[in-house]
Amino acid sequence: MILNDYEWQALYLSLKIAGAAIVFSLPLAILTAWVLARCRFVGKSLFDSIIHLPLVLPPVALGYLLLVTMGKHGVIGQWLYHYLGINISFNWKGAALASAVVAFPLVVRSIRLAIESIDIRLENVARTLGANQLRVFFTITLPLSLPGILMGIVLGFARCLGEFGATITFVSNIPGETRTIPLAMYTLLQVPNGEQSAMRLCIISIILALLALIASEQLNRWHKRKLAG
Amino acid sequence: MLDINIEKKLSGFTLSFKQSVECQGITAILGVSGSGKSTLLNIINGLIKPDSGSIQLNGKTLVNIEQKQYITAQQRNIATVFQDALLFPHFNVLKNLRYGMKSIMEHRIDEIVDVLNIRRLLNRYPAMLSGGEKQRVAIGRALLSNPQLLLMDEPLSALDMPRKKELIRYIQFLAIEMKIPILYISHNINEVKALAQHVAIIDQGQLYRFDVTQKILEDDFLKGWI
Repeated sequence: MILNDYEWQALYLSLKIAGAAIVFSLPLAILTAWVLARCRFVGKSLFDSIIHLPLVLPPVALGYLLLVTMGKHGVIGQWLYHYLGINISFNWKGAALASAVVAFPLVVRSIRLAIESIDIRLENVARTLGANQLRVFFTITLPLSLPGILMGIVLGFARCLGEFGATITFVSNIPGETRTIPLAMYTLLQVPNGEQSAMRLCIISIILALLALIASEQLNRWHKRKLAG
Repeated sequence: MLDINIEKKLSGFTLSFKQSVECQGITAILGVSGSGKSTLLNIINGLIKPDSGSIQLNGKTLVNIEQKQYITAQQRNIATVFQDALLFPHFNVLKNLRYGMKSIMEHRIDEIVDVLNIRRLLNRYPAMLSGGEKQRVAIGRALLSNPQLLLMDEPLSALDMPRKKELIRYIQFLAIEMKIPILYISHNINEVKALAQHVAIIDQGQLYRFDVTQKILEDDFLKGWI
């Protein structure tokens, strides 16, 4: 199956946007997951609910909220453009932000479950051996939650690849800039005789998702083998 | 000298312990399961904060709730060996040993590895070790952090009898030859008899009696308990 320029462009943009979304949101997702798994504070339930909001909110509503906050005339977007010269509306960076926001709760959830499954006594032993909180996190918590982090990356990446509603609302459907595979499929389905090309893109999506899942499973097995000695 | 005078409310009773313990040899804290022994140990090593009172180790205040003084677990220099070893599963034995190692202990790693007879295990992961081997590595890891006090929370309870006897020899060696003061927590009178010079009996969170082991073993309370 040789791809044409239209398909290459959609595939390249999808991978670039999903990759950027995951790379930039992952540190924050790990930190959020750790806070939810290990910290007790007033308002934790509210914080937890806000983190999970993108999971239940209509993607179009999310895109609209991004538009009014992060758009060129939005509350934060205006400030970013004026003081830092950063514009994220109607370009691939905005699409990455929309994808990151939509995928964030999935990534956080996977990592949080992994952190919660770590025996907290291992972290306590490390502390009694003189390790400070940061060292405990980087040498015990993070490596032991690796399977959950990998699963979060795969789930988040797959969610980013499939992102449609928030992206089209926030950054529109611009060829070569924000037209990812789902948006390209949608565009093809709006024109006569576009079904066959849409099906090709659909197959590409399935192959991508399968490759991601297989890679995740392999990494997970490697990690388990390592722990088993 | 370890001076303990703390209170901590637990579910069902209040742990109240006031006693000074010499920092030499092995002192045991003996009590049935749920009597507050492990909580007391975790208050000493800094993992749990008491509700009130203070602890001093060799004149240095580790915690004083009334004066708002608190030294965290990582700064106390008190190592703990727990019941189920709790080796880091993603590190091999050598990395486990080195985890809390102080630079001044660098030249002693070979000595400790040989004393505990774990040289052949250095490249193995914890999942490949037996219960007794895991505990020896856990003891080695604790020793290499150069602690001023070693706490042991029922380290033999998960082992079979031959492994227990073997490990008791190692623990005696640490206290006598290496001069590491040990606070040994157990519910097993035979272990305490074999190891400790002094014993504190703790019952429902209260210190019942503190004395030399021989006198404690003659206590009627203990006879009834056996």
